[in-house]
Amino acid sequence: MRGIMFKAFLIKYAEIGVKGKNRDLFEAALAQQIKYALRRCEGEFRIRRTRGRIYIDVLSDYDYDETVENLKTVCGISGICPMVELADEGFDGLCEAAVSYLAEQYPEKNFTFKVNARRARKNYPKTSMEINADVGERILEAFPDVRVDVHRPEVLLSIEIRENIYLYSIEIPGPGGMPVGTNGKAMLLLSGGIDSPVAGYMVAKRGVKIDAVYFHAPPYTSERAKQKVVDLAKLVARYSGPIYLHVINFTKIQLAIYEKCPHDELTIIMRRYMMRIAEDIAKRTECLGLITGESIGQVASQTMQSLAVTNEVCTLPVFRPCIGLDKQEIVEISEKIGTYETSIQPFEDCCTIFVAKHPVTKPALNVIKRHEEALTDCMDGLLREALETDELIVVEA
Amino acid sequence: MECYLDNSATTRCFDSVAQLMTKIMCEEYGNPSSLHNRGVQAESWLRYARDVISGNLKVSPKEIVFTSGGTEADNLALRGCAYANCRKGRHLITTAIEHPAILETAHYLEEQGFEVTYLPVDADGRVRLSDLERAVRPDTILVSIMHTNNEIGSLQPIAEAGELIRRINPETLFHVDAVQGYGKVRILPRRMKIDLLSVSAHKIHGPKGIGFLYVGDRVKIRPVVFGGGQERGLRSGTENVPAIAGMARAVEEVYRNLEADNERLYGLRQLFAEGVAQMEGVRVNGLPGRESAPHVVSVSFEGVRSEVLLHALEEREIYVSAGSACASNHPDTAGSATLRAIGLPSGLLSSTIRFSFSIFTTEEEIRFTLQALQELVPMLRRFTRR
Repeated sequence: MRGIMFKAFLIKYAEIGVKGKNRDLFEAALAQQIKYALRRCEGEFRIRRTRGRIYIDVLSDYDYDETVENLKTVCGISGICPMVELADEGFDGLCEAAVSYLAEQYPEKNFTFKVNARRARKNYPKTSMEINADVGERILEAFPDVRVDVHRPEVLLSIEIRENIYLYSIEIPGPGGMPVGTNGKAMLLLSGGIDSPVAGYMVAKRGVKIDAVYFHAPPYTSERAKQKVVDLAKLVARYSGPIYLHVINFTKIQLAIYEKCPHDELTIIMRRYMMRIAEDIAKRTECLGLITGESIGQVASQTMQSLAVTNEVCTLPVFRPCIGLDKQEIVEISEKIGTYETSIQPFEDCCTIFVAKHPVTKPALNVIKRHEEALTDCMDGLLREALETDELIVVEA
Repeated sequence: MECYLDNSATTRCFDSVAQLMTKIMCEEYGNPSSLHNRGVQAESWLRYARDVISGNLKVSPKEIVFTSGGTEADNLALRGCAYANCRKGRHLITTAIEHPAILETAHYLEEQGFEVTYLPVDADGRVRLSDLERAVRPDTILVSIMHTNNEIGSLQPIAEAGELIRRINPETLFHVDAVQGYGKVRILPRRMKIDLLSVSAHKIHGPKGIGFLYVGDRVKIRPVVFGGGQERGLRSGTENVPAIAGMARAVEEVYRNLEADNERLYGLRQLFAEGVAQMEGVRVNGLPGRESAPHVVSVSFEGVRSEVLLHALEEREIYVSAGSACASNHPDTAGSATLRAIGLPSGLLSSTIRFSFSIFTTEEEIRFTLQALQELVPMLRRFTRR
């Protein structure tokens, strides 16, 4: 029904407006991302950019719910307004359309409202002010319980006069942020847990393109654990666009650490090697930073001391968008972006497999470095070998 | 060399089965209910299948009800009999080591107000007849015991149980879940006093998604699926003709040289069981020789997590199960019900692997697998959680 009613969408964007001379660039990127999202939808669409606005015209039958769901994944969109389109058949026609639109949308017919007309076509016989007043009057006549409130209306009915006339009053929130591709690229350490997909999403939302690396440890982790990570990347890719996922076989490095280093330092040393490998790939693939799902104090390897020790191996900046969030807050975001269900599938990942009962929570850098020396002989070879296992999977939403 | 040793999960289809099914799907695709020739042709495949299967069981063709597989057959047997006979009583008996298709259905019936007794098993995974004798009551409407356990291959004393039940309460119906046993041994329901028998085709080199329930003519049963009245009203829905014919062809094939095939399988089983038993810290579960099914060996490897060993074997193209494939859908219940029921020490519950063979399994594969185990197990023991 809504599919029949709404034949166009107005796309509102949040921060692009303030970007000065870069604005065109940002709008082009946003249009590009909208196009990518609409490719997943049935139907034919046309994207138009006119005077600081983006419109989507629907040119065929389409699925309203599917289209809105997909538009809600486009970073940079702050609001999606489904619009009713009508031909200009005189002012009476416009008023009737406005009344029947409101009757349809707000069947209880009891609300405060305001009309906000915008006359892009200047030869229209009434001014914006006149349209506001006259349409408003007709609405009041039609619905006895309805009142005008120009300050805080419950319903803001917008009318746009162009070649055709458009009515809208609903704004469905988008993710906000900036269009992906306007802010470089970063490498996400994707584990299969709840946090890392959220971290990827949060950085993508700021316009950053995402590549990802996953550490696979067969036979300790299964093919299904890897499939789960691919599935998660696919969900993140709805927001970030295609993700280049690097799968690295980490088993030998892990076993070497297990044999040669103190057991309670296994995880922290392992994390340092993961960062080294991720950074190596990041630099070769023009990523400008690393992204992790770490949050202060969540586990032993995420205390301030541990984070400092992990961070020390990197020269690229490490972005940790979940750093100040509680677990519950991260879970809420993962539910919102639809990764939670997949994240909680019970497959062991390589971080948990050999984990000590009581890992160090306050590692000292000099101690860790000294213990890593036990690996000096073998690690260069193992690192090289691990990088050679790099399996590249291009993940599209 | 690929070694598929997960035949209790499912088997490779016989070529002859796949060919027959392709022919029926592409050329003889009619609906058996249609009045025209195509329908008659399809119906004749159903007749062929019913004849083959009833002949194999030495029962009447009318007593075979085609279902979507073992799970549906089990559901139909339990729910169908429970509801049809609830005026006679509301008590059922089954065992602690049944497949989830039975156990979950039994739990459902408990919620519906039926009472269920779960018989324990001995250390070899077998039901004690004395326990059964004590459990059967005047209001017992159905006893359900599996023929062959899917995790350790133990054979249940089916004929003796059938005899016993009939003696204590002739009204009590006897259902046997033969999904793992059919195709490995001859099963003759009438001689064994079995009233209902569940079978699945994909465990005997037939297609997935098909099976049957033998329903003896004295059995009062109600359908659980309603519709167009196919299968004498017991299982509505257009018959899956290609799969039904494929299942019958598989039955013909597995029983053609059953004795010789079993002789060979028992030989492989012994070779394998003796081979692993020589390794340190290894325990072979269940009974040796002909007291177990010819195709299943359950082995516990001390100090090795079964999932890790499974994936390490997988890297060498050796495919096995940890516990049973069906139990792996229930990660919450730590370890399998069967392994706990036979009293396996809790430390070994998650260190147990099931190797299951088929007539395609070769001696070379067995030796290759033994070799792999001898290399992998010590290596994995070196790296365990401290």
